[in-house]
Amino acid sequence: MANFSTSEFKPGLKVMFEGDPCSILENEFVKPGKGQAFNRVRLRNLRSGRVWERTFKSGESLEGADVVDRTMQYLYNDGEFWYFMEPDTFEQHQADAKAVGDAYLWLKDQDNCEVTLYNGSPLAVTPANFVELDIVETDPGLKGDTAQGGTKPAKLSTGAVVKVPLFVTIGEVVRVDTRTGEYQNRVSK
Amino acid sequence: MTDWCPGAQQEALRARASLLASVRAFFAERGVLEVETPLLCSRGITDPAIEPLLARGGFSLGTNIRYLQTSPEYAMKRLLAAGSGPIYQVCKAFRDGEAGSRHNPEFTLLEWYRPGMNQHQLMAEVAALVCACLGERPWQALSYRELFQRSIGVDPFADTLASLQRSARERVDVGDLSGDRDLWLDLLLTHCIEPWLAQQGLCFVYDYPPSQAALARLGERDGYVVGERFELYVDGIELANGYHELGDPTEQRARFEEDNRRRHARNQEQRPLDERLLAALAAGLPDCSGVALGVDRLLMLATGETDIRRLLSFPWDRS
Repeated sequence: MANFSTSEFKPGLKVMFEGDPCSILENEFVKPGKGQAFNRVRLRNLRSGRVWERTFKSGESLEGADVVDRTMQYLYNDGEFWYFMEPDTFEQHQADAKAVGDAYLWLKDQDNCEVTLYNGSPLAVTPANFVELDIVETDPGLKGDTAQGGTKPAKLSTGAVVKVPLFVTIGEVVRVDTRTGEYQNRVSK
Repeated sequence: MTDWCPGAQQEALRARASLLASVRAFFAERGVLEVETPLLCSRGITDPAIEPLLARGGFSLGTNIRYLQTSPEYAMKRLLAAGSGPIYQVCKAFRDGEAGSRHNPEFTLLEWYRPGMNQHQLMAEVAALVCACLGERPWQALSYRELFQRSIGVDPFADTLASLQRSARERVDVGDLSGDRDLWLDLLLTHCIEPWLAQQGLCFVYDYPPSQAALARLGERDGYVVGERFELYVDGIELANGYHELGDPTEQRARFEEDNRRRHARNQEQRPLDERLLAALAAGLPDCSGVALGVDRLLMLATGETDIRRLLSFPWDRS
């Protein structure tokens, strides 16, 4: 991979840093009136998710990381790995629990999601911002409750538990924002 | 294609015009002469921390190169040595690789020289100019040493290199960064002290370590040699850099050569010395102080804009 110097650090650039692929979030050029220039850089470690700020001397460089984001179709889970398929080539990738992280809570067969590949292997999985999932478990709805009122926990087909309005019942499909884990609305089948 | 559009709104263009009118009125009233000097110079700066942009090719240049000026300092000193009296200039200056929310590789400098003034007298005049542009406000001046002691409890003159490194590493993640005292002082200043300066309004810092004197005379304070250099910070933004100007040609030559030694050590190209400047100093530079002030940053303060690119008609990537 090519090397990138501090002046080429742009948000979204993927670089190797201390052995791990990282994404650059922000890059600020700082310089006293006379003297040494620095770049104050916010990075996200794509393996651990850790975000932190590191200062470099201006002109230092880092090796680019072979990291690409691909939209893939989620296929199934065999108990150990999750399988994804590239829609144009039908190439399949298996991702381990570390790469999938909490995303498994929102993965439904055949849904599209973003898979981050590092050197060709899945490093992280990002579900679509909104997913539609079946309710498999929740307390019975209370008659007369409409849009107003409280909430109750509901378990979805993936195992995720979200707060839903009291009128929502087992078997219904709900739309959830995966970034916040919040219920959005019921979906008519 | 939409990047033909200006980076600045009409309002910002008007604010710039009005600011420049205030600057010219300020100097007209004080009898300081406006001058122009060449943007393309046959000699480049030796300072290892500043890289010029180069012009090459064409009939006028032949096989020579010229440097786009990083500041008009040398030419203005030649005017002073020739008896110009007090002078000022508003011009473009260029610095390679400096780009960000407060830097553009091409920017506007206001530079002026005052024969007969020391650094403290010139600081008072800089404050008057800034107040004329931004409105009246109080100002203060701290020595570099006081600044470090008061803001972060570090003594930049007495502390050992190891202690400066420790102070910086406690506060900033720099990995295995290495460098001399000046690097660690610059790191502390930009990362730890500038946020403190952001609360100090209009604040001058003066009497720098001699290794950071650049083109300033040396003096002595409390047993330490200092460079009679000052910087102005307004709300934490570094706005101006001034010197009680070094006039001794022998000392100036030695500093140029030291710059070149440092450039060589860092694998940077060494630069031929500006013999015309050295000859002008030998002919006699009047005892004077001079200062360079970033006009785009003054405009940031005048308008409250936090990104320099929204104040430039066409910032670097649209020029």
